Amino acid sequence: MTTSSVSPTASSASTPGTGLGEIPLQPPAWSRVTRRLFGHRGLAIGLIVVGLAILIAIFAPLLAPHDPYHQDIANRMVPPVWHDKGSWEHVLGTDKLGRDTLSRLLFGTRISLTIGLVVALISGVIGTTLGVLAGYFGGRVDAVISYVITTRLAMPVVLVALALASLTGGSLTTVIVLLGLLLWDRFAVVSRSVTQQMRDAEYVYAARTLGCSLPYILLREVLPNIAGSLIVVMTLEMAHAILLEATLSFLGMGVQPPLPSWGLMVAEGKAYMFFQPWVIAIPGIALFVLVLAINLLGDGLRDLNAPGGRN
Amino acid sequence: MNAQPIIEVAEPRQLPSTSDSASASRAATPALEICGLSKTFTLGGGLFKRGRTLGAVSDVSLRIPRGQVMGLVGESGCGKSTLAKMLLGLTTPSDGDVLVDGRPVRDADQKALARHIQPIFQDPYSSLNPRKRIAQIVGLPLRVHGIGTPREQRARIAETLDVVGLPRRAAEQFPGQLSGGQRQRVAIARALIMRPDIVICDEPTSALDVSVQAQILNLLLDLKAEFGLTYLFISHDLAVVEHLVDRVAVMYLGRIVEEGTREQIFGSPRHPYTRALLDSALTPEPGMGVPDIGLGDATPDPSDPPAGCAFHPRCPKAQAACRQQRPRLEDIRSDNARVACHLA
Repeated sequence: MTTSSVSPTASSASTPGTGLGEIPLQPPAWSRVTRRLFGHRGLAIGLIVVGLAILIAIFAPLLAPHDPYHQDIANRMVPPVWHDKGSWEHVLGTDKLGRDTLSRLLFGTRISLTIGLVVALISGVIGTTLGVLAGYFGGRVDAVISYVITTRLAMPVVLVALALASLTGGSLTTVIVLLGLLLWDRFAVVSRSVTQQMRDAEYVYAARTLGCSLPYILLREVLPNIAGSLIVVMTLEMAHAILLEATLSFLGMGVQPPLPSWGLMVAEGKAYMFFQPWVIAIPGIALFVLVLAINLLGDGLRDLNAPGGRN
Repeated sequence: MNAQPIIEVAEPRQLPSTSDSASASRAATPALEICGLSKTFTLGGGLFKRGRTLGAVSDVSLRIPRGQVMGLVGESGCGKSTLAKMLLGLTTPSDGDVLVDGRPVRDADQKALARHIQPIFQDPYSSLNPRKRIAQIVGLPLRVHGIGTPREQRARIAETLDVVGLPRRAAEQFPGQLSGGQRQRVAIARALIMRPDIVICDEPTSALDVSVQAQILNLLLDLKAEFGLTYLFISHDLAVVEHLVDRVAVMYLGRIVEEGTREQIFGSPRHPYTRALLDSALTPEPGMGVPDIGLGDATPDPSDPPAGCAFHPRCPKAQAACRQQRPRLEDIRSDNARVACHLA
């Protein structure tokens, strides 16, 4: 009781001493520091995990203890090492065909990252082109492109992708092309609205006055200023594409067996979900961690890329 | 065979004499002449329906003699900036012509126009691309027009930064690292690096602190003397205009209502709108309050301008004729001033 009665008087005595000017300044400054710390921490975690995933994807043949396609019928459904019946031979156990889960997980990183990157690139090019043109020209061009965007938004991605994949037959290439052609809507919406704000920027007028060509204005004056927003969308779409690949593979219309896709691993394990939950939990956790890390990376990059953060 | 080269040498010798007479007539032609320039916008139209029309600029004619500063004043939304955009080639006029050095710019391409006319925009926070270094921004005209080698361009950039009073180290900085006044100096450097004849200043000081405004205005005056520039100076700050200009044009609802020398406009304004505009200028004395200019609050709708004189709903002296017939912009005095008012 005495300590608690002393400390308020001590603090109230010390605050006027530290200067009245500091009091109003302190809360925003402090919150800014914490926000920046958390921002950078997220970026750091995201960078580390995504970097690790890229290294794993590149060096999967060296890291994997077993051939991911090798079936060992004698060692089916071996539990992971922390389980009573687990062994160091198969650290994360084996699946119903006796294939090593760890090896398949490591090779699966290649598929997830390839899909994320290529889909984000294809849809980024399509969406940004449409969005920048709509935002810059406005009027009829905007009306037509907005109509196309609305049409795209009215289509349920999973259903359309499923229908088209069932026509062509699922494969890695099919999934990449389909998702690339379907996931450009956010790029288009974001780049359109940001370009609209930029169209009447006086530096765009200055470039037009000088007789700069339209490609120069769009690529050199507008694009660098919307790149920050696009990077954030790109990470979102990478994560989105990885999840959709897993969904399509789970539904049997994506990557086909025996390729080691994480979504396919979940699908193959769903019959054993109740008694051998690790079969489904391990690829699920891998998906979760990778998608989270990519989103953290995107948030961090946006913070760094903001013009205010540059100085 | 030997005679031919002599003739070839002799021929160019004649050229200076013809260009001498050309430069004599060049001094007589105004640097910038605007003939009946109009711009009509369409409002609210969609894919299938037609919108209303708005006359942002209607039948504006102005002559700016070489080396002079023409002030263009008027309230917000009266068409000053649309006029500037048409002069810069950013907006196609609906009607009328702009002549630079006596040549119509209608068919000239944007690059040729850019060598004669350059803009200084209002907001130095928006006129510089935040992602580019100052050297890139100031050197952009040289690169776009392919003037000089990279080394010559760097020298020209450094020289131009000196001219506008910026330190050379600014070349490697980003716009975000400069103050508002410094940014406006960068914008001036970009406008002047190609040595244009005419500079369109669209409210170049209204986004700056008062103390910085004076520096920028004096810089503009110095540069005008140094390079023989012609300015069209758009502003709604009458004190700034009075400090800088030779002639003033007053714009109201897309039309010029009065034009004359600085002394005529500020000393003996003829048009009631010009008088109201002068009365509305705030004085530095404290405690004076906002002046009552007796215009009422009937701000006109530019898409539905009043019949007759566009100013009559706000004019304290409006008469029957003002409501029916639009006054023409007429030479009212012997000394080359014009006013559009039935009562002047």
